[in-house]
Amino acid sequence: MSILVGPDTKLVVQGITGKEGTFHTLRNRAYGTDVVAGVTPGKAGQDVEGIPVFDTVAAAVRETGANTSMIFVPPRGAAEAILEAADAGIDLVVCITEGIPARDMAEVHAYLDGGRTVLVGPNCPGVISPGQANVGIIPGEICAPGRVGLVSRSGTLVYQIVHELSQLGIGQSTCVGMGGDPVHGIGFIESLTLFEQDPGTDLVVMVGEIGGDDEERAARHVSERVTKPVVGYIAGFEAPPGKRMGHAGAIVTGSRGTAAAKAEALESVGAKVGRTPTEVASLVQAALA
Amino acid sequence: MGKDLFARHGVPVPRGIVAEDAAAASAATGDLGGTSVVKVQVQIGGRGKGGGVVLADSPADAARAAGRMFSEGFKDMPVTRVLVEERVPIAEEFYTALLLDRSTGGYLAMMTAEGGVDIEELARTRPEALRRVPVDPLLGLRTYHVRELTGVLPPRAREGAADVVRKLFHLLREEDATLVEVNPLVLLEDGRVIALDSKVTIDDNALWRHPDLDELRAAFPIDPVEKRAKDQGLQYVKLDGDVGIIGNGAGLVMSTLDVVAQAGARAANFLDVGGGASADQMATSLEVVLSDPAVKAVLINIFGGITRCDLVAEGILEALGRVGAEVPIVVRLDGTNAEEGRRILTEANHGRIVSAATMLEAARRAAELVGGGEAA
Repeated sequence: MSILVGPDTKLVVQGITGKEGTFHTLRNRAYGTDVVAGVTPGKAGQDVEGIPVFDTVAAAVRETGANTSMIFVPPRGAAEAILEAADAGIDLVVCITEGIPARDMAEVHAYLDGGRTVLVGPNCPGVISPGQANVGIIPGEICAPGRVGLVSRSGTLVYQIVHELSQLGIGQSTCVGMGGDPVHGIGFIESLTLFEQDPGTDLVVMVGEIGGDDEERAARHVSERVTKPVVGYIAGFEAPPGKRMGHAGAIVTGSRGTAAAKAEALESVGAKVGRTPTEVASLVQAALA
Repeated sequence: MGKDLFARHGVPVPRGIVAEDAAAASAATGDLGGTSVVKVQVQIGGRGKGGGVVLADSPADAARAAGRMFSEGFKDMPVTRVLVEERVPIAEEFYTALLLDRSTGGYLAMMTAEGGVDIEELARTRPEALRRVPVDPLLGLRTYHVRELTGVLPPRAREGAADVVRKLFHLLREEDATLVEVNPLVLLEDGRVIALDSKVTIDDNALWRHPDLDELRAAFPIDPVEKRAKDQGLQYVKLDGDVGIIGNGAGLVMSTLDVVAQAGARAANFLDVGGGASADQMATSLEVVLSDPAVKAVLINIFGGITRCDLVAEGILEALGRVGAEVPIVVRLDGTNAEEGRRILTEANHGRIVSAATMLEAARRAAELVGGGEAA
């Protein structure tokens, strides 16, 4: 079992004919993901290694029954691509694109609120359910099927921590890269809720970083609604206030958003928090023993 | 920069004149009626507390204050411009801010009748004194939002404040700002409401919509090494330790800084080479990191997902051929084609390169090399 992506995923790729779009689409298909369509305006009728290309997401959904979209559209058009997918009735949109203006994302966020479409990202590595489906750019080789769920704001920390887990022989049900932008789709709380309901997940690893209050709010959710064990990791203890650390959302403002406060919030609700990615993997191992 | 944007959107501010030397500050003070407020123009906050804002009672006073700012700089930053502003007769001070609230994904407007306060402190201790009004990005700021906000102010300030808030919201949206803060917002003795000091944060992701803002920003000094990295498209932040850090992905780099600290040393910088990590990017990254005289060792931490470690290894060697290095460079490669990458580095047998198998080991080696580490 898994969350968000799995054997029922039928994927349409928006921006499939771009270099990155083509490369990752084919990797995802090689992993076993059911890629049914691509969308690039003006290229309807063409195909990418046998994957039919349409002008609009609506046409792709009509013709192929796609239910999930992955977006590689450049930042200037990516917000509109998300809206297009939502209006075409797509259930899950995974937006890989980095650099979308926050104002555009605020509008998308308001539009999607309360609707049926779930958004992952933007500026994220995507979602993988090892052995079932990969939607995004997480390298499938480092993952292993298993019963640990993982959700992270950082992409490379997904890789690092999954790698540490796999090396200890601990597989994953689903890994969710939620992305590092200030305004984003699915977060820790929604992911924790899905993992809590998933019979295939026994434990959840939550990987946070400085900035915002997502981790603090997630900690409250853990104390009220999560029965499965949670192991945390927070990056950015050494980050100075007021400096943006790579991700648009990774910034300590005043006394808010520090790594120490986030780790403390998680520990106060009984989650174990590792101080290094290696320690996170050992804590998971101990919790499952 | 905030004041320039305010002027563009018609937000009332005190009259001000930019001066680039002490004589100009003196002349400006004369033009403003003989008294002024002299403010340093830098891209960092907290200038009110650090001597960056000085009240001048005469043109000679202004010249002295400006002269000191130009010669001493401000918080280690060079000062090339000061703003000379008129002194206005203040009746009352308030606070307002409009921002993109990341916890809701929408806009938030805030106002309080208490001026000159620490807003975080106020929000914590007396939240009822701070009026907070969420604004849907698709609806925009409506009349009822403004009424609710300004209701927290004394009646004679409400109309003027409403005008300011509407213009600030327009600025927030049109200029792709994520924060517009006015502290203090003041009621003058003649009944006008104006923005006395301001802070505007622009969303870097939206700069392509505002080429003019890039120019405006270029007029304010930032750290020269940070500027060089930025020009090359690298994410670089100067820190105060002596281990130079290069990694791929913001989260992994932040994590590397933390692990180095746990190993007993401190990072000299944050540098994210981004995805793909080509030889060229690696060379530029090494140049940027090595240009910092504080760096005694470098740690390169790469987890190859899409990035292939064999290409990274070749990039490192090519970079060293181009820039040279007088300090040891600890390299940890993991993920896609890591074994191949390590083999390339081993065979090159470069005198400065120290290979490490894991992130933890790499951090410990780097810490030992700068003399700060605990025995591994």
